[in-house]
Amino acid sequence: MLHEPAAEVGIENASKKKASLGVWFFFLYLIFYGGFVVIGVLNYELLATEVVAGLNLALVYGIGLIVFAVLLGMLYNFLCSKYEDDLNTKEVQE
Amino acid sequence: MIYEVSYIAIFFFVIFVGLVLGLSFYFARKTSTASSYYAAGGQIHWAVNGIAFAGDYLSAASFLGICGMIATVGFDGFLYSIGFLAGWIVALFLIAEPLKRLGKYTFTDALNSTFKSRAITLTAAISTLIVSIFYLIPQMVGAGDLVTPLLGFPHWVGVVLVGAVVIYIVASAGMTSTTYVQFIKGALLLLLSIILTIYILKNGFTLNPDQKGKTYHKFLTLSPQMADTNVVSVDGWKVVSQQQVKGKNFVKLEQTGIERWFHLVNKENTYSLKEALSISDGDSGTKLYNGQPKGNANFFQVGHLSKIIVDGKEVDKTGVVGPFQFLSTIRESEIVRFSEVKFTDGGKKVSLFIQNVTSGEDFMLPGLKYKIGKGASVWSRLDFISLMLALFLGTAALPHILIRYYTVKSQRDARKSTILAIAAIGAFYVLTLYMGLGAAINGVQDVESSNMAAPLLAKGFGVVLFSIISAVAFATILGTVAGLIIASSGAIAHDLMDNYFKIDLSDGKKVKAGKIAAFGVGIFAIGLGIAFKGMNVSFLVGWAFSIAASANLPAILFLLFWKRTTASGIAASIVVGITSSLLIILTSPTMWDRYGLDAASAIHKLDNPAIISFPLAVLTAYVVSLMTKKSGNVKVISS
Repeated sequence: MLHEPAAEVGIENASKKKASLGVWFFFLYLIFYGGFVVIGVLNYELLATEVVAGLNLALVYGIGLIVFAVLLGMLYNFLCSKYEDDLNTKEVQE
Repeated sequence: MIYEVSYIAIFFFVIFVGLVLGLSFYFARKTSTASSYYAAGGQIHWAVNGIAFAGDYLSAASFLGICGMIATVGFDGFLYSIGFLAGWIVALFLIAEPLKRLGKYTFTDALNSTFKSRAITLTAAISTLIVSIFYLIPQMVGAGDLVTPLLGFPHWVGVVLVGAVVIYIVASAGMTSTTYVQFIKGALLLLLSIILTIYILKNGFTLNPDQKGKTYHKFLTLSPQMADTNVVSVDGWKVVSQQQVKGKNFVKLEQTGIERWFHLVNKENTYSLKEALSISDGDSGTKLYNGQPKGNANFFQVGHLSKIIVDGKEVDKTGVVGPFQFLSTIRESEIVRFSEVKFTDGGKKVSLFIQNVTSGEDFMLPGLKYKIGKGASVWSRLDFISLMLALFLGTAALPHILIRYYTVKSQRDARKSTILAIAAIGAFYVLTLYMGLGAAINGVQDVESSNMAAPLLAKGFGVVLFSIISAVAFATILGTVAGLIIASSGAIAHDLMDNYFKIDLSDGKKVKAGKIAAFGVGIFAIGLGIAFKGMNVSFLVGWAFSIAASANLPAILFLLFWKRTTASGIAASIVVGITSSLLIILTSPTMWDRYGLDAASAIHKLDNPAIISFPLAVLTAYVVSLMTKKSGNVKVISS
């Protein structure tokens, strides 16, 4: 198989910052995702509560998890790009 | 199920599969280097790349399995949508950037280059092989299910067909998943899902979900004469026998020489007989569908609403509904699902599919498959947590999902592509909810397999839509199976024979060994595809995720985030992860049922192993690393 990367990594001073941002975002998402599981196991009836437009909490939370993942992914990409721009450009200027 | 073969469907199916395969071969011939293989350098527009990301991730299992599971057990199927997307995000946050810095595509490459340990080479290769095989099972099952309604062949023919085509492709030319092919698959899957959802909303709700040229079967309800709890007589029918299975009573009646099964229901001391679908052993090895030979085509697609409530009022049908109204109406209404009951009657096997009236409220909550509400056992709660854990962590343990992320030259374009991909994947998973629910209420389900819910729903709306959806799913399966067989044969021929056992082969013989390995894995996959017939493919993918999360994720996380990790710690963790997850799966109630035993008598009640196997593997990596610690062993990426 093909074992070598095709992308050229180049100057990369933002790695550490990006990795730690990733870990923070992971835990943030874990809390939200874990919340759904915890409610399901400990207070199942709560999931049946109507929240908005005739939808119950299970549906709103479930679709919310998908939407939140998309938003968080976008924010992660935005911040990673920003770190790369800031840190890698500085290096070049110095 | 019994299907009429449609030549129009076959025509479009063949054209589309041919087109996708042809493109794959065309690009395979044009590409030789890693960069052109995946991303054609930096020449591709970021939007094309973004949809190709989505095409990589949205396997046929997502499409077939999730929609099918939502159609049969409601919200519990949607758990897979939530979990698969969460898994993608976890992989992006935790693995993508650190692994990119290592300059590797996959975690096995990263592990091998970091540790240069024979034990890791061996365990990682075995892990790749086992995860690939478990991933192959749902693909093969899906392939078998797809050809049944299209070509009228039995399930096993579909499995053998896919196996044979893929073995031929792998052994002769090789097949690549280039960006353009993945783009076409991803875009078509999204587009077709949007079209299907629009059809569903436009169609609204009706108590009689007739299909084009086919009226929905009207299920009989008979009033029997009773003596205590026994059926004595029924007007117009002859009572043949009655039996009790797991607290439910089933009655066999006969009319004009045809035997039919009914479910005896007692509601407020009034007994009624509800018509059931049956598949039973006939004489000389034939199967009877509703008491008649297959040729009589007396078997039905099912799934309907028994009550439609809109704004508190009961109605027979609605017109067009909005996306929110669609969900809220189902929640207020009442759905008839079909549950399977197996037993023997006079030494002959009988599978009954009985009407199971379920309130919309229950259907739109978790609990029909993974029981977690009132009265749920500790086991079933654990099973639910275990599933959610496996889905959450499983994708990150299959880092090849992110391969395309590493291959785009311009960072900025890679970011734009990723954003589009996340949005596309997220939108697709929301649409699975509509497609699954649409299949549940539109009388299109095949009781023998939940996997065909979405394509059969498409068939209800038009045969061309059906054949295109089936073709896209089939081509996706072909591509995935080819990739998995290449990965497995690589693990055997390259990692095991060459790197681990150091078998000295000439280049020509190495290629031959790889092809023989591919052939062996292909045959094995065909066998498994047949053995697991009828199981939901998302459920099976859940198993592959559990094994991957247990075997691979602790290893990769320790490699990336803990300085004191040792090669022995990693190898031990992979072994413990694989062994424990496999043991739990092979002794699970679902497997007990596959072995032909009573699922209730299985030695434990856990269908998803991650809740035990993942922590065990983490603990092993930690303890063994401490026991075998050496200074300066690993350069940690993210400390």
